[in-house]
Amino acid sequence: MTIRRCLARALGFVVALSPIAAQADIVADLSSHSIAITTGFTGASVVLFGAIDGPGDVVVIVRGPERDLTVWRKGKIGGIWANTESVTFASVPTYYAVASSKPPDEALSPAAAGFYRIGVANLKFVPKSDVPPEQARLFTDALIAVQEKAGVFSQTHAKIAFLGERLFRTTFNFPANIPTGVYLVQVYLVRDKDVVGAQTTPLIVSQVGVDAAVFDFAHSRALAYGAIAVVIAVMAGWLASLPFRNA
Amino acid sequence: MDVYLPIAEVSLNVFILLGIGAAVGFLSGVFGVGGGFLLTPLLIFVGVPAPVAVASSANQLVGASVSGVLAHWRRGHVDFKMGFILLIGGIAGSILGIYLFALFSRLGQIELVISLCYVVLLGVLGLMMGVESLRAMLRQRRPGAARRKLHRHTWLHGLPLKTRFRKSQLYISALLPIGLGFAVGVLSAVMGIGGGFLMVPAMIYTLGMPTTVVPGTSLLQIIFVAANVTMLQAFTNHTVDAVLALVLLVGGVIGAQFGTRFGTRLRGEQLRFLLALIVLAVAAQLAHDLTVHPKDLFVILMDRR
Repeated sequence: MTIRRCLARALGFVVALSPIAAQADIVADLSSHSIAITTGFTGASVVLFGAIDGPGDVVVIVRGPERDLTVWRKGKIGGIWANTESVTFASVPTYYAVASSKPPDEALSPAAAGFYRIGVANLKFVPKSDVPPEQARLFTDALIAVQEKAGVFSQTHAKIAFLGERLFRTTFNFPANIPTGVYLVQVYLVRDKDVVGAQTTPLIVSQVGVDAAVFDFAHSRALAYGAIAVVIAVMAGWLASLPFRNA
Repeated sequence: MDVYLPIAEVSLNVFILLGIGAAVGFLSGVFGVGGGFLLTPLLIFVGVPAPVAVASSANQLVGASVSGVLAHWRRGHVDFKMGFILLIGGIAGSILGIYLFALFSRLGQIELVISLCYVVLLGVLGLMMGVESLRAMLRQRRPGAARRKLHRHTWLHGLPLKTRFRKSQLYISALLPIGLGFAVGVLSAVMGIGGGFLMVPAMIYTLGMPTTVVPGTSLLQIIFVAANVTMLQAFTNHTVDAVLALVLLVGGVIGAQFGTRFGTRLRGEQLRFLLALIVLAVAAQLAHDLTVHPKDLFVILMDRR
């Protein structure tokens, strides 16, 4: 995804979410609002820092762009392992991480954690088709386990450190395989086990440079891309045969 | 040094990729086949998603075949008429193949289909080649053994649309090369291979073409079938990684130089026996991966953008 398209989408989010950001008894920002995936990208860390106007706890969630994804279960058919059963979930965040100054279940009431979807257990995974609840639960657990193994979901929370009573900071480490798109960093101020203030900041993860250009071109002008790929191969083949001409 | 492959969306060591290209180029230099049937499984082993491996192999194949055909053409070893007729079948076959590829992708079974195709084809081919080359080696020890008949007449020669192929010194039904081209076209789309390892024996044993014109003619039609597959894969499945193909080509060119020199020092049946062993080893590895209990019972397939 190009930066320009990401920005347009990110602006849309900011406009949509600005009413929440208006109760500003918490202010936070990121050390960088974009992660550039370049050739040789091995992951990135982003520092979140901010201040609150009085005592309280801070809980931060980072959500990746949402996408439909299908979980397949392998089964043995005639001695061969094949994808046999599947459940497709609608709008699943492709990345999810929590940071908190105190364990989230101590800082928040279960109701508040559920409402603000804090913690992987509070994420809603909705199957796109009618699936028995038993099976939906099995595939939801599998989805979480696979995503956790891939490093894009985390059950545990990162620690938010306070400097004095007002200032806080934490670091998010993103693995090399993070999906591209617009991420939302939601920062909540918590008092008496409930959210009293919030702020949302976008974080853009995009391919940049030659790779991004190639990826974009391959998707937006697929036919031309295919033709160029063929022409490059023909040229390379012709060049390769030159040294053998007199053989 | 890692290189990020923009379509595969993975980072891989550039020297591993160059090495794979070189190894496959070496084999194609030694044995005179495209080597696509080894390239795709090797790419899958190192972590390229199977659909991208298939499509990018087809792209690499275009370049590899062009350089091969030019070499054969300079020696006058290309039957253009035969190549053209094979191509008619090949294009039709690859269109059907791409359709099947997209269908199996939607059903979440494409990785399985690719692996199964490889296990069956490589297994059968490896066994046949192994047995045939062993026999040839034994026959050499006993010079009095019976010779093969030069030409056997079967029902295949009774088909309509008889056509004369001057370069190949043949007068056969055009339906034969069209059918052969079609079958290889389907496989090349689904498996990312040029089909040289199927085409070459079929041209010799089924069509009865003289062995001198077989590799050049087979490569000629592979250029166009592989180019067609590359275009269609790029258009329907967005799985062609041109960066990957280019890195493989660079390695392949270097490998082919050494391969050609090495190949002239070995005897035909020894070469074929060696190739049979390699083919069987790849088939065994793929079969093992299919039957062993998977590490993860669940996999996630994201809807491609």
